[in-house]
Amino acid sequence: MTKFTKILAGLLALAVAGGAIAAGADLGNTQKQATNWTAIVMFAIFVGGTLYITKWAASKTKSAADFYTGGGGITGFQNGLAIAGDYMSAASFLGISGLVFANGFDGLIFSIGWLVGWPVITFLMAERLRNLGKFTFADVASYRFAQTPVRVFAASASLVIVAFYMIAQMVGAGQLIKVLFGMEYLYAEILVGSVMMMYVLFGGMTATTWVQIIKACMLLGGATFMAVSVLLQFGFSPEALFTKAVEVHSKKDAIMSPGALIKDPISAISVGMALMFGTAGLPHILMRFFTVPNAKEARKSVAWATTWIGYFYILTFIIGFGAITNLVQNPADFYVGGELAKGLKGGGNMAAVHLSKAVGGDLFLGFISAVAFATILAVVAGLTLSGASAVSHDLYASVFNKGCTSEQELRVSKITTVCLGVLAVVLGIAFEKENVAYMVMLAFVIACSSNFPVLFMSVLWRNCTTRGAVVGGFVGLASAVILTVGSASVWEAVMGNPKGSAWFPYNSAAIFSMTAAFVTIWLVSILDNSEQAKKERALYPSQQLRSETGLGASGASGH
Amino acid sequence: MQDTLDRVTANPKFLEFVALRNNYSILMTIVSAAAYYGFILLVAFNKEWLATKIGVGYTMSIGVPIGVGVIVFTIILTWIYVRRANTEFDATNEALIKEAQK
Repeated sequence: MTKFTKILAGLLALAVAGGAIAAGADLGNTQKQATNWTAIVMFAIFVGGTLYITKWAASKTKSAADFYTGGGGITGFQNGLAIAGDYMSAASFLGISGLVFANGFDGLIFSIGWLVGWPVITFLMAERLRNLGKFTFADVASYRFAQTPVRVFAASASLVIVAFYMIAQMVGAGQLIKVLFGMEYLYAEILVGSVMMMYVLFGGMTATTWVQIIKACMLLGGATFMAVSVLLQFGFSPEALFTKAVEVHSKKDAIMSPGALIKDPISAISVGMALMFGTAGLPHILMRFFTVPNAKEARKSVAWATTWIGYFYILTFIIGFGAITNLVQNPADFYVGGELAKGLKGGGNMAAVHLSKAVGGDLFLGFISAVAFATILAVVAGLTLSGASAVSHDLYASVFNKGCTSEQELRVSKITTVCLGVLAVVLGIAFEKENVAYMVMLAFVIACSSNFPVLFMSVLWRNCTTRGAVVGGFVGLASAVILTVGSASVWEAVMGNPKGSAWFPYNSAAIFSMTAAFVTIWLVSILDNSEQAKKERALYPSQQLRSETGLGASGASGH
Repeated sequence: MQDTLDRVTANPKFLEFVALRNNYSILMTIVSAAAYYGFILLVAFNKEWLATKIGVGYTMSIGVPIGVGVIVFTIILTWIYVRRANTEFDATNEALIKEAQK
């Protein structure tokens, strides 16, 4: 208890120091400084409250099962909110509303893409995942296969996905803290790294889930307030909102029609595939299905998650348009030097943040800033937990030390959490000046080309074998990374090669790497005539029975 | 357990049920993919139509209700599936297991 109080006091001191140092940075005048304080205090309250919950969760986290699944007592509705919390990142809140602010309709196209993965999970995966799995998705993929190779593959793919996703989040945290709180980049890294480590280390899945639920409610509540305020200004008439936006926006009527977001159909389909099937391969999303008691609740989880995420995207569209009508007319308050031509203070992604001030004053600005930053914290905690389970459950307990006790497994997962926390901070600092825009998309491409095909084929195709799954999974993983390196967003924007020299012409590798994975799994499996393969095929009926009916499915927590 | 396994998998009603539910989930997947890709292909090939106004004198383009419609449709589709799976399918499932355990 005193440990918690001490750490909390330390964090508050850190936040205060950071705020003091940053006074006089780009948000320099006294009034702005006061605004920063509101945000910092609100964020401190959030951290304090969530750490208190962590303390409670710590008393319930005694075994490895508690650590991975939070005791399994989470309801479908709660889990749906937590999944939505995992998915609604700061990048989607600020990025999509910023995109709507800049281009109007294009923002809607973009957000729809991020929703389409959810029906796929609902219809094809949710129930089977819950019925076959226990702690990680590798439990499902390796159900009737040789444990060692499948677990090694699943852990490698998961860690690669977690690493890319995490770097993007950590760098985002550092950039955001500068504009939202007026603090240094480095403070964000240490703050996010240490607080999320405490959530995961002491509170495991229980704490991580509740942090996500609280954050999801705050984000949905804040965004709803903003959207309603905007609509209120126009008598709840979207038409009036659009008319005003078109009148004041520099692009005029073009914001009502699709622009340059989709360049060629192959890229459009490829990006669509990555989003559609990648979601079903993200380890931190998949592990949420083991926190609910049964398949029924698992299905409800995804339906609620889809509902909240879809609702949230509709809100961001209204918020983006509200930002157009509210901000453009007050350049003195929201634009650099008060001039429209110089862009928004803090950059184009700040549209939603500035709007929060326009509709709710400094107090609400502080709230939204705190929520935006808390969002990153919660997502990083979820990623770390899934990375830690990949190491402790899939590598340690299933490969290196089979038959270890629950205590040993729990200890390894905690050590891994600390290592991942330190690694996240180090990577966040190392990538400060790098262009990380491609990393989240790369994580999705890898997920849809490695985890998803292996999971899909092992569960639904009788003839799939260990050899096919592992070879195909690695082929998908490698081709996703190699082709992404060759695309313009990495080859030119990151590696500095001349414009037009990228040797992979599309925005996303998914259409090729995912196909490569499926074809390889199929080909290697049908050519596999080993004894092991025969045994694995013979096990399919019992796997099918459990995946389809839930007969013999593990109780959510194992106790 | 092995007993139950043999009895359930030997039951033609089980295979029928699994096939029915799988067909249903694949159908739903195709419908949701069609809605999304239909929208994306419209964006790729028929931008002008999406930019058409919803009526004379309106600012709103057809694309806005269609885009929001895709989001709402996706949510509704998900709930339709979950409804059916959680009631009808789960009841059949339960009955099949009971029958096998007799």
